[in-house]
Amino acid sequence: MSGSPAFEGIVKSDYEHGFVTEIESDTLPPGLNEEVIRTISRRKAEPEFMTEYRLKAYRHWLSMQEPRWAFVDHPPIDFQAISYYSAPKHLKEGPKSLDEIDPALLETYNKLGIPLEEQKVLAGIAVDAVFDSVSVATTFRETLAQAGVIFCSISEALRTYPDLVRQYLGSVVPYTDNFYACLNAAVFSDGTFVYIPKGVRCPLELSTYFRINARNTGQFERTLIIADVGSYVSYLEGCTAPQSDENQLHAAVVELIALDDAEIKYSTVQNWYPGDAEGRGGIYNFVTKRGDCRGARSKISWTQVETGSAITWKYPSCILRGEGSVGAFYSVAVTKGRQQADTGTKMIHLGRHTRSTIVSKGISTGWGRQTYRGLVRVAQRAQGARNHTQCDSLLIGDRCSANTVPYIEVKNPTARVEHEATTSKISEDQLFYCRARGLNAEDAVSMIVNGFCKEVFNELPMEFAVEAQKLLSISLEGAIG
Amino acid sequence: MSQSGVTSMLSIKGLRANVGEREILQGLDLEVGAGEVHAIMGPNGSGKSTLAHVLAGREGYTVTAGSIRFLGEDLLALAPEERAQRGLFLAFQYPVELPGVNNTYFLRTALNSIRRARGEPELDAVSFLRLMREKLKILHLDDSLLKRPVNVGFSGGEKKRNEIFQMTILEPSLAILDETDSGLDIDALRLVADGINALRSAQRSMILVTHYQRLLDYIQPDYVHVLAGGRIIRSGGKELALELEQRGYGWIEAELAA
Repeated sequence: MSGSPAFEGIVKSDYEHGFVTEIESDTLPPGLNEEVIRTISRRKAEPEFMTEYRLKAYRHWLSMQEPRWAFVDHPPIDFQAISYYSAPKHLKEGPKSLDEIDPALLETYNKLGIPLEEQKVLAGIAVDAVFDSVSVATTFRETLAQAGVIFCSISEALRTYPDLVRQYLGSVVPYTDNFYACLNAAVFSDGTFVYIPKGVRCPLELSTYFRINARNTGQFERTLIIADVGSYVSYLEGCTAPQSDENQLHAAVVELIALDDAEIKYSTVQNWYPGDAEGRGGIYNFVTKRGDCRGARSKISWTQVETGSAITWKYPSCILRGEGSVGAFYSVAVTKGRQQADTGTKMIHLGRHTRSTIVSKGISTGWGRQTYRGLVRVAQRAQGARNHTQCDSLLIGDRCSANTVPYIEVKNPTARVEHEATTSKISEDQLFYCRARGLNAEDAVSMIVNGFCKEVFNELPMEFAVEAQKLLSISLEGAIG
Repeated sequence: MSQSGVTSMLSIKGLRANVGEREILQGLDLEVGAGEVHAIMGPNGSGKSTLAHVLAGREGYTVTAGSIRFLGEDLLALAPEERAQRGLFLAFQYPVELPGVNNTYFLRTALNSIRRARGEPELDAVSFLRLMREKLKILHLDDSLLKRPVNVGFSGGEKKRNEIFQMTILEPSLAILDETDSGLDIDALRLVADGINALRSAQRSMILVTHYQRLLDYIQPDYVHVLAGGRIIRSGGKELALELEQRGYGWIEAELAA
């Protein structure tokens, strides 16, 4: 007699993107000191102010303690055992065209389903692919250039537009912000820079595929997006990584700045290697993402689908500074096997009549452990601020867990803050109902889970929404036995 | 009960089944031939819904003895979805809500799972939509139903009509309708009955599980069975239902006890 649901045999879908490309890497030996930082800066031919900035950050970092407050467990990280710079050797000078790109590299992208050559034409997406730490290909530059849009690696931006970078870098996430952001400021290898000029609606969806390739190389990406007055940009970030035995630390920093009437839509599908069934070898994803609605009526939205990484620790946030500015956070996070996620958002209402929306959907299977941690703060002068938070957790099986930790601080009496939270299990009734209509258990779960996530998927650009649904189905294969 | 010469659809012999530790079905026999409509009536707690769930393969219902053959196959060896794929359909007494799952998408996935299992080509979105619109008319259902999440925010009557709508799309060989009449007002009952009658054919059998005779005013069964204490204690034609309506179930149980 089995009255309980058969939610056994949790998740064994092999990581689909587990392969390592053989490319000679120009890798610094492990270890971190001022000389390493100077070397990174020199190799990238950075302006003097950048070298100084990195060194200031490094000195501050030495005085900081690794944070311990998140609801995640991992062995201590030896920061001296990490190599802080790795560049595919053939590309030091930067490619002039796709022909100059190492064929093995293109092959890697093809395996990942990112055929650069066709994709740029078919999808109308300009792809700035980051392979380890150096940008290897940037497409559609001319189309963007005609619109006045700057879309390039941050190293290139430092050389070509040093004043723009200097004005905005670290203005949303200062190097003093937190331990990992500080480390990133000291050692960041490369990343993406986007500038949308006044009144321009970016003609393409901008997309960057990140890829951590060289083993045991910490990756410290830096992304800076500036939307000038009245402009609009949609940015897609998608990540996959090859299988690896060592834990890999990823501590990126993303800064978004929206001036008056500007809008930035930032979407992420994250599918890094989550580790094996026991949780060995997965990526540690400790990211600082923050958007600053600096101008009046500006908008920033974060949409994320997180299925990968051994540990995810991130809170894409919005500082709602400009009057009438709007922040949004839509998130789907899946934890299976031994994955852990402590994620959520911060909405900091500083300006009058600012609004924010938070929709968080957490799915846990296996021994997955998930915490939603969110802060809604309304400052004293934020007259008429409004927030609505909806936070739903779905459990599959009985060894996983979900926690919700909302922090709400309201200092203005006219503010309206609403918080709704639910935790549910996929019910036996739902599963049986689907099976009685001819669906097998896996398809049924996938359908129920996709339904659960609908509100968030609706926020994703079309092609990403399809990818996200596929990813979710792959993630949940074997979740029901 | 099936007359000789009629192909056997369903054959239940000596069925005993437990829910938890309690034995609910205590030696049930039932023969359903192709094209026949059987009504199973009985007092509350007699095992009517248990029978429906055992046939559909719900977990938590344990068969301890007896056999069920469906179109010549051992039904009990099949998973719920395999039963559906072979043409068995249960219209739920309490249809389940699936938040965020679009009705059209749900039904198309269901139909295509069934077609795939049978080696038939899957229907594309356009042909499927055409099929849905055609069938909607039969049940006088609104187009908006197609876009809504499965059963979410539906009234009791809408949920029951949606079950029958699913049945018209999936076109099962054997439909088990579990108290489909409960909670329906007279107009909704007539619509549901019309939908069911439209589906009657020489190849399709139905088992109507019901507490009241009311549904049988609209759907004329070939056979009526009385289920009590986990067994079928009396079988007859449609006149038996009328007699039950007038005299209740007590007299049969009394007769048996005598």
